[in-house]
Amino acid sequence: MTENTDKLEQERNESWRAELRNSMPMKDRVAIERVKMNEIPPEERIKSQTCEVNTGLTEEQAVLEAKRCMDCPKPTCIEGCPVNINIPKFIKNIERKNFAAAAATLKDYSSLPAVCGRVCPQEKQCEAKCSYLKMKKEPVAIGYLERFAADYERTSGNTQIPKINAPNGIKVGAIGSGPSSLSFAGDMIKLGYDVTVFEALHAIGGVLKYGIPEFRLPNAVVDAELDNLARMGVKFEKNFVVGRTASFEDLKEAGYKAFYVGSGAGLPNFMNIPGENLNGVMSSNEYLTRVNLMCANCDDTDTPVMHGKVVAVVGGGNTAMDSVRTAKRLGAERAIIIYRRSREEMPARLEEVKHAIEEGIEFLNLHNPIEYLPNAEGRVAKVRLQKMELGEPDASGRRKPVPIEGAIEEIDIDIAVVAIGVSPNPLIPACLKGIKVTRKGTIEVCEETMQSALPEIFAGGDIVRGGATVILAMGDGRKAASAMHDYLSKK
Amino acid sequence: MNKIIEKQQLSETVFKFVVEAPLIAKSRKPGNFVILRIGEKGERIPLTIVDSDLEKGTITLIVQTVGATSAKLCKLNTGDFITDLVGPLGKATHVSKVGTLLAMGGGVGNAPLLPIVKAFKEAGNRVITVLAARNKDLIILEDEMRKYSDELIVMTDDGSSGRKGLVTDGAEEVIKREKIDECIAIGPAIMMKFAAMLTKKYNIPTQCSLNTIMVDGTGMCGACRVTVGGETKFTCVDGPEFDAHKIDFDELLKRLGAYKKEETEAKNH
Ligand SMILES: Cc1cc2nc3c(=O)[nH]c(=O)nc-3n(C[C@H](O)[C@H](O)[C@H](O)COP(=O)(O)OP(=O)(O)OC[C@H]3O[C@@H](n4cnc5c(N)ncnc54)[C@H](O)[C@@H]3O)c2cc1C
Ligand SMILES: Cc1cc2nc3c(=O)[nH]c(=O)nc-3n(C[C@H](O)[C@H](O)[C@H](O)COP(=O)(O)OP(=O)(O)OC[C@H]3O[C@@H](n4cnc5c(N)ncnc54)[C@H](O)[C@@H]3O)c2cc1C
Ligand code: SF4
Ligand code: SF4
Ligand code: FES
Repeated sequence: MTENTDKLEQERNESWRAELRNSMPMKDRVAIERVKMNEIPPEERIKSQTCEVNTGLTEEQAVLEAKRCMDCPKPTCIEGCPVNINIPKFIKNIERKNFAAAAATLKDYSSLPAVCGRVCPQEKQCEAKCSYLKMKKEPVAIGYLERFAADYERTSGNTQIPKINAPNGIKVGAIGSGPSSLSFAGDMIKLGYDVTVFEALHAIGGVLKYGIPEFRLPNAVVDAELDNLARMGVKFEKNFVVGRTASFEDLKEAGYKAFYVGSGAGLPNFMNIPGENLNGVMSSNEYLTRVNLMCANCDDTDTPVMHGKVVAVVGGGNTAMDSVRTAKRLGAERAIIIYRRSREEMPARLEEVKHAIEEGIEFLNLHNPIEYLPNAEGRVAKVRLQKMELGEPDASGRRKPVPIEGAIEEIDIDIAVVAIGVSPNPLIPACLKGIKVTRKGTIEVCEETMQSALPEIFAGGDIVRGGATVILAMGDGRKAASAMHDYLSKK
Repeated sequence: MNKIIEKQQLSETVFKFVVEAPLIAKSRKPGNFVILRIGEKGERIPLTIVDSDLEKGTITLIVQTVGATSAKLCKLNTGDFITDLVGPLGKATHVSKVGTLLAMGGGVGNAPLLPIVKAFKEAGNRVITVLAARNKDLIILEDEMRKYSDELIVMTDDGSSGRKGLVTDGAEEVIKREKIDECIAIGPAIMMKFAAMLTKKYNIPTQCSLNTIMVDGTGMCGACRVTVGGETKFTCVDGPEFDAHKIDFDELLKRLGAYKKEETEAKNH
C-alpha cells in the first residue's frame, strides 16, 4: 500500500505546502517544544471508569504542534505507519487551519483515525521514525494531531460520507465486528458491494467495545464511526455466531459470494499453575468484559464483578494495564502489576504506563506467579511469586527472564487477573474444511491479498496475526477489500 | 426478532417459553444452549434449548427463577421480546445406539435432559428415566419424559409423588436390576456429583451437563472453566457435557458460589 514517492513529491510541491514551509524559518520550528496532552488529574480520573484521561489538544495547541513538523522531503514517519498515512499532508493542513482537509486526508488511509490517534503505539510506529529523533529531540506528536483532526470532524456535526459507487448487488460478509472487519466493510461498501457484518456479541466493535476501557477510548468515539458505516449502507447482524447460528454453506445459499474473517484472538491464555481456578482468579477478558461490555461497575446493571482491596494483574501489555487501572477505578486500595520482565520491556504503550504510575499503580517487575493459595472459603488469598533476573536475549531480542533459585515470596491478594495474552478463536478455522492454520491456530493467508487457501475466504487482524494492534488489523481489512474486489471482478 | 409466542407455568418457579428464533431452530442440536439478555442493563445467562419447531421457526426454553435475570425473564409475557438471544452454543450431545440409557434428572435439570432423552430414544435405545425433586409440585416435564422413556421413575424427598428418596436411590435399583450401558445425569451440581459417584462404583460411562457461570458463551472469558481429568476446560465451547467420572465437582461447586455476595446485592436493589 506504499504510495509511490512521485505522488508524495507532487503533493509536497503544491503551492500551498511550499508557501507554508517558507512561512516560518526551520530553526523557529525546531525551537518549539513538543505539546503536552491535556489530562484530567489522576486523583479525579480514578473516580470514574468512563472519564477519558486525555482531553485532547486545543486548536491553538494543535496548530502550534503542527508547525513543528518540518514537512520533510523524505518523510520517514510515513514508513513507520503500518497503513502509510500521508502524515505531513494532514499535519500541514492542520497548520493552515484546514481541519476538514486534515480529517479527509486521514480518511483516505484509515477508516478509524479517532481510534488510532488514541490507541496506536505511536512511539513504536510513526513517531519512532520522525526526523526529530535524529536531532535528539522529541518527535512530532503525530498521534495527538491525528486525534485532533478526527475529533474536530466528529464534533463539527458535518461528517463527510465518502463517495459510494453504485450498488453492484454482490453480497459479501464480514465475520466479527472488530477494527479489521469494520475497515474491510468501509472499503467494500464504497466499491458498491452489499456488505453485512456478523457479530457474536450483542454489541458491535470487538475489542474496541469489550476490551479497551472508556477512560482510554470512549464508546461515543467508536459509535460515531459505526454510525458512519451504517449511513453508508453497511448492515450489522449482532447475536450471530457464524458457524453456529448459520454455517458458511447456509450463508452461501443465502447469496454471499465471499467472506472476510476478522474474528480476532478472543481465547484467553492461562498459565496452568496450581490454584488458577480458584474463585477470584480470572482472565483479563472476563474482568474487562464484565466492566466494559456489561457495565458491571454501574449500580443499575445486573452483571456482577468482584471488588477487592488488593488486585494483582499478571502481565505487562495493554490488556494488563487496562485491567489494573480498571481495578483502581473499582476502588482497589492496592492495584499491582506482576510482570516477569523489567519495566523497560513491558509491551504496553508508553503513555499507559505513565498514566498508570500517576494513578498509583504498583509495579512488581521481575516477579512471576507460580501458585495461588486459597483462604478457608476457597477464594484466592495469596499468590506465590518467583523472583526473576534478566539473562541472555531471546528470540524477540528482549533479555530472557530466568528464575533466581530459592527467591520466592508470597503476597496477600483478593483478586488476581491473568493478562498474559490471547490465542485465536478456534471456532471459524474448525468449521472451514480445507482452510490452512498454523501451529498457533492462526489462519494462513497470502500476505499480499489476505486470501486463504479457500479462494472465497479472506482473513486478517488478530485471527491471522495472533494478537497485534488496531492499526495492523485495519490495514489487513483494507488490503483484503481491494484483493477481494479483484477476485470477484475476475470471477 | 425473538418474540415470545407462548408462555406456560410448569411449577411454582418454572416457566416454559416458546420463542421466535428461526435460524437457531434450524441449526440447533440436542445439548445446545442459548445465551440471552433481558433489557439493555441485563446480564447474559445460558439456557438449554429444550425443543424446536422448524416450521414455526421457534425454540422452547424452560427456566427456573433463581436470581435477578431468570426472574426478569419469567415476568415477560406472550408478545414481549427478548432483548438479545444468541445460539446455538456448546457442543451437541453425542447421540448413538448404546443399548440401554439411564437418564437422571434433578429439578430444572429435567429441561436440558428432555432433548437428550428424546434423541436417545429416537436413535433406537431403551431409555429408563429417573426424575427427582424435593416435592410433587417441583417435578416438571413428567408427561413429556414419559413419552420418550421405556420406564419412568419419579422420586421425591418427601414422598409426595412417586417414591420417597433421592435420584441416586432410584437409579441404583435400576443398575442392580439390569445392564445399563450408559448414564446421563443433569441437575444441581451436588446431585450430579453423587450420581457420578454412584455410576463410577458400577463402572458405567456417564455424562453430565454442567451449569457453570458464563458471560459470553463463546470461549472468550474463561468464567465457565472446569477441571476435567486434570485439565482446564471451558464449559461453553468444550462442553457443556463432560465425562462425569473426570469432573472436579468440588471445584465446580465452589465456582458456582463465586458471585453469591454480588448476586444477592443485585437482587435486592
Ligand atoms: C484490553 C485490550 C487492550 C488493547 N489495547 C490496544 C491498544 O492500545 N492499541 C492497539 O493498537 N491495540 C490494542 N489491543 C489489540 C487490538 O485491540 C487488537 O489487535 C484488535 O482489536 C484486533 O482486531 P480484530 O478486528 O482482528 O479483532 P477483534 O477486535 O478481536 O474483534 C473480533 C470480533 O469477532 C467476533 N467474533 C469471533 N468469532 C465470531 C464468529 N464466529 N461469528 C461472529 N463474530 C465472531 C468477536 O466477538 C469479536 O467481537 C488491545 C487489546 C485488548 C484485548
Ligand atoms: C449450559 C447451561 C444450560 C442451562 N440451562 C438451563 C435451563 O435450561 N433452565 C434453567 O432454568 N437454567 C439453566 N441453566 C442455569 C441458568 O443459567 C442459571 O439459573 C441462571 O444463570 C441464573 O441467573 P440469574 O440471574 O437468574 O441468577 P443469579 O442472580 O445469577 O444467581 C442466583 C443464585 O444462583 C446461583 N447460580 C448462579 N448461576 C447458577 C447456575 N448456572 N446454576 C445454578 N445456580 C446458579 C448463584 O450462586 C446465585 O446465588 C443453565 C446453565 C448452563 C451453564
Ligand atoms: S495510524 Fe497510528 S501509526 Fe499511523 S500515523 Fe496514525 S497514529 Fe501513527
Ligand atoms: S518525519 Fe517528523 S518532521 Fe518530518 S514530516 Fe514526518 S512528522 Fe514531520
Ligand atoms: S462463558 Fe466465557 S469462555 Fe465460556
